[in-house]
Amino acid sequence: MAVAEATTQVKDAGQGTVVSARNVDLTFETSDGAVQALRDVSLEIGKGEFVSFIGPSGCGKTTFLRVVAALETPTGGDISVNGMTPEEARKARAYGYVFQAAGLYPWRTIGKNVKLPLEIMGYDRAEQDRRMREVLQLVDLEGFDKKYPWQLSGGMQQRASIARALAFDADLLLMDEPFGALDEIVRDHLNEQLLSLWARTKKTCLFVTHSIPEAVYLSTKIVVMSPRPGRITDIIDSPLPAERPLDIRDSAAFIEVAHRVREGLRAGHGDA
Amino acid sequence: MSAPIAAPGAGAGRSGRVGLWLRGRGAAAGPVLAVVLAIFALWYVGTVALNAQWTLDQAARADREVGFAELVADTMAQDRPMLPAPHQVAVELYDTVIAQEITSRRSLVYHAWVTLSATLAGFGFGTVLGILLAVGIVHNRAMDMSVMPWAIASQTIPILAIAPMIIVVLNSIGIQGIVPKAIISAYLSFFPVVVGMVSGLRSPGAMQMDLLRTYSASRGQVFWKLRLPASIPYLFASLKVGIAASLVGAIVGELPTGAVQGLGARLLSGSYYGQTVQIWSALLMAAVCAALLVGAIGAVQRAVLRRMGMDR
Repeated sequence: MAVAEATTQVKDAGQGTVVSARNVDLTFETSDGAVQALRDVSLEIGKGEFVSFIGPSGCGKTTFLRVVAALETPTGGDISVNGMTPEEARKARAYGYVFQAAGLYPWRTIGKNVKLPLEIMGYDRAEQDRRMREVLQLVDLEGFDKKYPWQLSGGMQQRASIARALAFDADLLLMDEPFGALDEIVRDHLNEQLLSLWARTKKTCLFVTHSIPEAVYLSTKIVVMSPRPGRITDIIDSPLPAERPLDIRDSAAFIEVAHRVREGLRAGHGDA
Repeated sequence: MSAPIAAPGAGAGRSGRVGLWLRGRGAAAGPVLAVVLAIFALWYVGTVALNAQWTLDQAARADREVGFAELVADTMAQDRPMLPAPHQVAVELYDTVIAQEITSRRSLVYHAWVTLSATLAGFGFGTVLGILLAVGIVHNRAMDMSVMPWAIASQTIPILAIAPMIIVVLNSIGIQGIVPKAIISAYLSFFPVVVGMVSGLRSPGAMQMDLLRTYSASRGQVFWKLRLPASIPYLFASLKVGIAASLVGAIVGELPTGAVQGLGARLLSGSYYGQTVQIWSALLMAAVCAALLVGAIGAVQRAVLRRMGMDR
């Protein structure tokens, strides 16, 4: 019932909002008692924004992403995605999800891995082929469609998994620490590529990370979270320009934003 | 978290090691040969030690002395030795495998085929049954709770106890010949397939299942696109165990009826008449059959995994 109300509310809120969360609570029942993974999380994410969620382990950043993806159901509050419930949004193919590990099927070539969602969603073969080539080009993996995952480096595998999430052209890209398992050099390179991909495709991105430079470099909005219970401590609208070369990370504006994120993280720890 | 799917990756690694073993086989020829020679040496020592008493008894009865050389020679040339010497078994194998028409009742190849046909029929039936049960167990909680305990219980009953009952019951309703043997074979071979396939079908991790949930994939799609391919390396490991168990089942199935055909029949008649040489050659034939069957499964496994891109 509460969900239905939220739907109407957000439809009223207008076309610009992609994700709207109001007082979202999520409590897990575990054997040691209840764990409050999210408490009173309220957030509006507009179309075309790049929003990073940063915070220590257990702050609920991944949980929030899973709530948006309808992989978890909140125990309180309202959340809508594209004006629908998360469940409806998923059925409407509103989002692509990128996990921490690439999770490519070892028995499928890269091309076939990218086609996996398209097969499940029932696209015809010609369209599958066309889209597969298009998204592999987007992530700079043209010509790798016949290779098997083990023939690719970790960074290339993760790019292939981003291509898989882009294949059915959802407006919303949910990424859960996609570069967490990669080394710093590869990560820098992928961050740069992701930013240019975002600029070209105009997707709305929700990006979970625990790296401050990564969050500041990529985002138009940074959501700082803290644990026990998982909650938002600060929301920072980035003053950085849309055009961001890697060396912007040495600029005064960048350092200032990074400083504010760090302060937010520290404050979260202080009252925990 | 770096391995995309932990278990099939491990499976591919396993077959990769097999490949390595095959490539390294040339280098390992020396040690392998040494082990084979050691086994033969031990076998000959055993032959002399176990058969000496009979030679000595015979000599005592005839009231004469035997020298050591004569003793050793005699232990290896007895008609019904306690333990036949390797060359006696080799001669018997030559007589029954090479020197006979393979359609002859005296041909060990003929008997092996009788047993093998029951083995293959039972293996096929057991494998299909095992896969179907595993699919049911993975998809249905009631089946998970109810079938698995029975499957485990079925394997705790000694096959020697249940085989005669299966044969007697089936015989009373007019089913004879290959079918009862195949059923006993299937009874032994379905179990490893159930256990392996259940692990295999459950091998995809939470992340893999979540990924398909984000596509709103149906249970059928999850099965065909993820669970089944992920289970293939597990299936082959089970099939290797299953086919060896099938052969044992077929042989055991030939024992209680006093069958006249098959390797089990050769074992039985050998033991009736104290024909140890015949028993040992039948045992060796059974071992060769098992090796060929397991080898054949291994070849299919390599071909399938290579086709799936999982055999590096």
